[in-house]
Amino acid sequence: MAEETGSRNIVPRYIDASPIGARFAETVVEITEALGEVTVVARPEGLVGLMTYLRDEPTLRFNYLSDIGGLDLGEFASPRFAVSYQLYSLDHNHRLRVKVFLDEEDPVVPTVCGIWKTANWLEREIYDMFGVTFEGHPDLRRILMPADYEGHPLRKDFPLKGY
Amino acid sequence: MQAKEIVVPTSAISMLRKPDPLADTQMTVSMGPQHPSTHGVLRLELVLDGETVIKATPDIGYLHTGIEKTMEKEKWQQVVTVTCRMDYLNSFGNDLGYVLAAEKLMGVEIPQRAQDIRVLLTELNRISSHLVWFGTHCLDIGAMTAFFYAFTHREKVLDLFECVSGARLHQSYFIMGGVRWDLPENFLAQTQEFLDGFPPFLDECKRLVTGNKIFQRRTKGVGIIGKESAIDWGLSGPTIRGSGVNWDIRKAEPYSGYDTYDFDVPVYHDGDVWSRYKVRMDEFAESWKICRQAVERLRQPGEFMANHPKLKLPARELMKQHIDVMIHHFLLASEGFTVPIGEVYQTIESARGEIGFYVVSDGTERPYRVRVRAPSYVNLSALPAMVEGSLLADVVAVIGSIDIVLGDVDR
Amino acid sequence: MGLETKIGEVLPDVLTTRLDSLVNWARKSSIWPATFGLACCAIEMMAMTDPRHDVARFGAEVFRASPRQADVMIVAGRVSIKMAPVLRRIYDQMPEPKWVISMGVCASAGGVFNNYAIVQGVDKVVPVDVFVPGCPPRPEGLIWAIMKLQEKIEREKVFTEEPAKTMVQLA
Repeated sequence: MAEETGSRNIVPRYIDASPIGARFAETVVEITEALGEVTVVARPEGLVGLMTYLRDEPTLRFNYLSDIGGLDLGEFASPRFAVSYQLYSLDHNHRLRVKVFLDEEDPVVPTVCGIWKTANWLEREIYDMFGVTFEGHPDLRRILMPADYEGHPLRKDFPLKGY
Repeated sequence: MQAKEIVVPTSAISMLRKPDPLADTQMTVSMGPQHPSTHGVLRLELVLDGETVIKATPDIGYLHTGIEKTMEKEKWQQVVTVTCRMDYLNSFGNDLGYVLAAEKLMGVEIPQRAQDIRVLLTELNRISSHLVWFGTHCLDIGAMTAFFYAFTHREKVLDLFECVSGARLHQSYFIMGGVRWDLPENFLAQTQEFLDGFPPFLDECKRLVTGNKIFQRRTKGVGIIGKESAIDWGLSGPTIRGSGVNWDIRKAEPYSGYDTYDFDVPVYHDGDVWSRYKVRMDEFAESWKICRQAVERLRQPGEFMANHPKLKLPARELMKQHIDVMIHHFLLASEGFTVPIGEVYQTIESARGEIGFYVVSDGTERPYRVRVRAPSYVNLSALPAMVEGSLLADVVAVIGSIDIVLGDVDR
Repeated sequence: MGLETKIGEVLPDVLTTRLDSLVNWARKSSIWPATFGLACCAIEMMAMTDPRHDVARFGAEVFRASPRQADVMIVAGRVSIKMAPVLRRIYDQMPEPKWVISMGVCASAGGVFNNYAIVQGVDKVVPVDVFVPGCPPRPEGLIWAIMKLQEKIEREKVFTEEPAKTMVQLA
């Protein structure tokens, strides 16, 4: 099995997301693919509907939320924040990434806690580290920093050594 | 139910009135952050009614180290010094996840020998991490002897790590492109010796602990979480395999050549502490199998590092004789190399579950963002679902069974 | 400090130095650590108790969970800003005589993590007697620290009065 140059990592299988883009035309902004990974960029407004469809549709069945990651594109970038949902289907063994871009003035995105319970702590961490608010979250408070801490450490304008 | 407060009376007359013995008493107790059984600095706010847990709320962040922000200031190759300190029991696993993600961004192919070395060391690390789990879990439940047995054998594994990298716990031996240097000459012989002595030790552990009726009474039926609930809460690793979900990333999305090894994935269906215990005990044997196969493959020579101009430092003799080679070495060592723009999400199966690295590169010599999906963080969020309604002593057993490492939870 | 000074005043010097040695011998031979394992150094602290390194030879294998029963607090691991008040509170709960060993570079000086979340050295929070370098220090290193602490305890003067010194002399 081993070749001379060594065996490559088998890239996890990502789905072809164009039917989703067609069905949710008002929510999906664009679909990109790079390095074998498919990213669906969505608007925050229709996010819950899109995610519910991704979880419940039998051919997709994304019943496992792997991760929600926050990203700060820089204090002069517009939009500034991105929230990246990594979805995985245990039944079909395929993955998808859904990304939402948010502005600096009002970074609000609806919560997906009602769809996957995993999202509870993952969203709290993004709130703590970036200051992104998740609308409808049952318990949105700081999780890693002390409760009375001021500032959001993972933002790019927050210095590494703090204040 | 409303809690009725018991007011301690201060006046002499009111002391004659005894409190109503049938009143409900609920007490809020803080378990931790300094506690022998929480496996680190975890604080649990428990609302207790007698010994029964009504509500459990984990309060974390007591070990938050700002590792994700620190990784943004390190150069690509230096990040491995920090990743091993997150889940400190599974340091090779963390390094492997990051290194695979970064290599995917660069599009580097890793030679076969480097992949086999990585698999061998990651599985040895899984064995040593499960040994710590075994020792501390049994210690919390009360079986102190198991702790000493487990740590004695763990010392042998740490000797192997020290042989290959110089450090017992935080090795930073995996780097982008392969591994730092080839295995030392006596390493395979020492590993073979360890692997030969491991099955008798496993039998001993099974005789000591698995057949023990008290241990079984304390773990069977405790901390149950069902299959659908486990998937909804995002559990992974042995914790979800104890609830009947047959999912192991080494089989589902193989990396580093795992699809060429012959091993099974143990799955048990009851969803309690006992099932998770049995999953991990069986994983010892599976990791042992993989290690033996890897040792056989490593007897053949091969390349330990990819021949990529950005990653492989040039040979020292050439560097000392040719100025262009020296410039190449100097730029690599001082400024570092750049990685193409992109984002990638790489998951591997660590000893605790799915560890995911979401790495974003902006084309410079430092990562722009490294987001670590920590398995213990997500597994711990399901703790209230597992312990509410059980006794206080069961909380200790459940925390041990989900095998959290606070460095992983808080990063 | 009442009883010790009274005894020190009443008894002649030859007896108080003997008494000092006796008390210090008893204290150094049974230093009971409080469990304060925070991060990776805690694993090496646990490894120190295993049969290969065997800290029980030094009388220090009884790790007390309750700080009220402990003599030494081995701060093993990185102290985050959320944990620092807890550290101070546990230290305050320990009865005298008490000592602190700062294990590892994270506890001694912040270590690898010079950032917003880690206290750069626990000596900003509690007074430290012995610092142990290493990331993590080997269990032998921690045993070295306990032995150094034992030497420090031996030099303590419990009943005898401290003579005024202009220069620090190491015995």
